[in-house]
Amino acid sequence: MILHFLTQAVFWFLVILTVGSAIVVVFNKRILHSAFALLFTLCGVAGLYVFLSADFLAASQMLVYVGGILTLIIFGVFLTARMYNMSIPEQTHQRFLALLPVLGLGGIIFYVLNSAEWHLITPMVAPTTENLGKMLLTTYLVPFEVASMLLLAALIGAIRLARPRKEDHDD
Amino acid sequence: MTNFHVMLAVAAILFVLGLLCVMTRRHAISVLMGVELILNSAALNFVIFSHYTVGNLFGQGMAVFIIIIAAAEAAVALAIFLNIYRTLSTSEIDKATQLKG
Repeated sequence: MILHFLTQAVFWFLVILTVGSAIVVVFNKRILHSAFALLFTLCGVAGLYVFLSADFLAASQMLVYVGGILTLIIFGVFLTARMYNMSIPEQTHQRFLALLPVLGLGGIIFYVLNSAEWHLITPMVAPTTENLGKMLLTTYLVPFEVASMLLLAALIGAIRLARPRKEDHDD
Repeated sequence: MTNFHVMLAVAAILFVLGLLCVMTRRHAISVLMGVELILNSAALNFVIFSHYTVGNLFGQGMAVFIIIIAAAEAAVALAIFLNIYRTLSTSEIDKATQLKG
């Protein structure tokens, strides 16, 4: 009983962490604060993956998103802003005009979520890494190889794009 | 209200917030953060449905591919933003109106 209560407490903490910091990401005027709020959103989603018995996904979410993509984003913030202006404020535009379709879409999603009849099963909690690895190398072998080619192409393309041009070396 | 509904609601809220971020923010990197929110919500939806309604691992496989594509997309997008900043000295997407470097 107490274990169930603790689990639910952690679950609601993760939900509030994810949603709250996502709100900060969208509405904070300072882009660096948004980037750090995104860190907490991604960690919260990784925690929710644990509740969905997706242990491998939670680990790779932490490694790839928090360790990789977020570091890239923070580097990007620093590289595309003048360094003496650390706060980097940012204007938003057409917020109220954009709120209309977004709220409409959100309303539709919540209506469907509440009114639909979901056919739920009793969820199984089991380690997934072994089965996921087998699936990636049998059923999903072709998409897996295509994804690795895509990563290679993106790697080379990003290096080629971000490298300074020849004439920039003179100054 | 089971955990299933709460998690679906979280994914929907993440999607809506990401959409709002893409539509309203001006700084290119903020828009990229909105795209990351949307991709996260899609992956979360796949995992939720695979756990609660199907009971196999295909949704988690999809989420793995979503993470792979998000990583590739973020790397290329940031390289493009750095180039835009270098040639046009702005990081606002509204002002990047020419393709010629």
